[in-house]
Amino acid sequence: MNENEKRLVDLVADMDEDQALVLAQEMLDNGADPLRVLELCREAMDIVGKRFETGEYFLPELILAGEMLDQIGGLAKPLIKQSSDKPAKKLPRVLIGTVHGDLHDIGKNIVTFMLDINGFEVKDIGIDVPAAIFVEEINAFKPQVVCLSGFLTLAFDSMKETIQAITVAGLRDQLKIQIGGGQIDETIRAYTGADGFGLNAVDAVNFSRKWTGG
Amino acid sequence: MTENNGAALYAEKLKRIMDAVELRQPDRVPVAFQASFWLARYGGISYRELMYDYDKAAEIMQRALLEFDPDQFYPVHATTIGRVSEAMGFKQIQWPGHGVGDNQPFQYIDREYMTADEYDDFVFDPTGFYLNKYLPRVGEAFEGLEELPKFAGLYYNHLLAHMRHFANPGAVRALAALQKMAEESQLLVRNKIDFENKMAGLGFPVTHGAATNAPFDYFGDYFRGAKGILTDMRRRPDKLLEAMEKAGVLLLRHAIAAARASGNNFVFIPIHWASDSFMSHQQFMTFWWPQCRKIILGLIENGLIPICLWEAVCTKRMESIGDIPPGKAIYWFERTDLVTAKEVLGDVVCLRGNVSPSLMTTGTPEEVDASCRHLIETVGKGGGFILDGAFGIPDETPVENVRAMYQSVHKYNV
Repeated sequence: MNENEKRLVDLVADMDEDQALVLAQEMLDNGADPLRVLELCREAMDIVGKRFETGEYFLPELILAGEMLDQIGGLAKPLIKQSSDKPAKKLPRVLIGTVHGDLHDIGKNIVTFMLDINGFEVKDIGIDVPAAIFVEEINAFKPQVVCLSGFLTLAFDSMKETIQAITVAGLRDQLKIQIGGGQIDETIRAYTGADGFGLNAVDAVNFSRKWTGG
Repeated sequence: MTENNGAALYAEKLKRIMDAVELRQPDRVPVAFQASFWLARYGGISYRELMYDYDKAAEIMQRALLEFDPDQFYPVHATTIGRVSEAMGFKQIQWPGHGVGDNQPFQYIDREYMTADEYDDFVFDPTGFYLNKYLPRVGEAFEGLEELPKFAGLYYNHLLAHMRHFANPGAVRALAALQKMAEESQLLVRNKIDFENKMAGLGFPVTHGAATNAPFDYFGDYFRGAKGILTDMRRRPDKLLEAMEKAGVLLLRHAIAAARASGNNFVFIPIHWASDSFMSHQQFMTFWWPQCRKIILGLIENGLIPICLWEAVCTKRMESIGDIPPGKAIYWFERTDLVTAKEVLGDVVCLRGNVSPSLMTTGTPEEVDASCRHLIETVGKGGGFILDGAFGIPDETPVENVRAMYQSVHKYNV
């Protein structure tokens, strides 16, 4: 890693958005490989994720890191001439959505981002998702882990119904299910038949790692 | 019940609550009743009907109060907002018939209602910003207000020509729509006042007469949205701090005026963004607590009693938020452990809560009874405790579990 590369990683990891964008642009202008620039961003995201897990960073930093990743991605991606020769690494897959009846997405979006920067291929199927759509999406995406999100108490029954639908469709044995959201606890995990519950995004990452070896 | 009996019962319940607030040992642990859409299930009507039908909502609430006999109740007219929301064309919530089904609660839509570069507009002229930008974004009835004259800066004969803007088509439409909305709003408030007076006559005090928010939550929830406010903390901290300074004054003024108008000294402050996991201690002490504390102290100085509902887990915040005068407020904790809160805050503030929603909805009456007993016997020790659900009564709670909770205060004492 040359000096500029190291500086870019540090700037992104240390939340210096303005300087990070200037340097990324400068590197690209000087002919840096856009794929390499994106790789450096990923390295910075690793650091951000770790600082979040250890309680040094909180939501403001996580959201800003996502913004920086998007902006530098916007600079680098148009410059990518051809797809990489290296075959894409197969990442463990996680499907996530907010269960039917519930329109909340802040928690779900944060979990999605944390899973993404921790090396999972995440498919976010949105809010107010009917059980049948979960089943359909599982069949198409074939995730190892499914995360059900919900903020309201009505989500208890929606989660239970969704897990039942997944069982009836014969998919339950192929995947692990974690639930999360404002009111979720061990009692609701048992009530819904999920394999685990999470109180925050770090729990979701640890659960997914445990069941995918990721 | 005779009028005298009602007045005596009211005084008895209010004394029990005030004993708790002032950290004395009441005759028994008081219990509050916060139910919103649970009332629809209890009364056998749809969520939609509860939102729209003042008479049915009032009848069901009265029935619930007579059955459960709480010491304070949450205003049911905070839920009967269907007609007035429709008249306003409320864009910040979805409610039955307007985005969600007839048996789903109304839900707030987290979006950016003020852009990042509009902090300056807000700070320079909040009323102008409301009229020109904010209100048309949050309610259809307000659309067209931006065509009104821009009052500030007009004077003398400039007024003659500029008032023509009152006749602009958008302004005419907005004013007509707002007049209609105002009629619905009057109806809502009249129903609320009549009902609460009637319940006071039966002996039941309402939990609060006014509500407000912490300045951070005001901007985070209702203006910038979650993503907006979180990036503002990093990208434009000075603007956010300046706007919160300004908004804090307005929020406090409104809360005091509304409390005075209601004749009820309690002010409800639902708290959304203070949770341990949302921001660091340093960020909390920069962007959140000092601004909210100012409002809490302002209310207390005006003889009002803040009821702060600390959502999620706020264990790490306890040391900081104890910095208020003792015996003047209620801290209602949703998921924070109340036994720990009692140790840290027990000599400062009355605690309220927090039978878990999972237990209320999926547990047995015996389990609910045991949980209430535990809270009464530990957190209730020495006074300064009001029993309630973690966030009131979850909509899906079986009625037997609600009965168990309200009977517990008569069965157990410290």
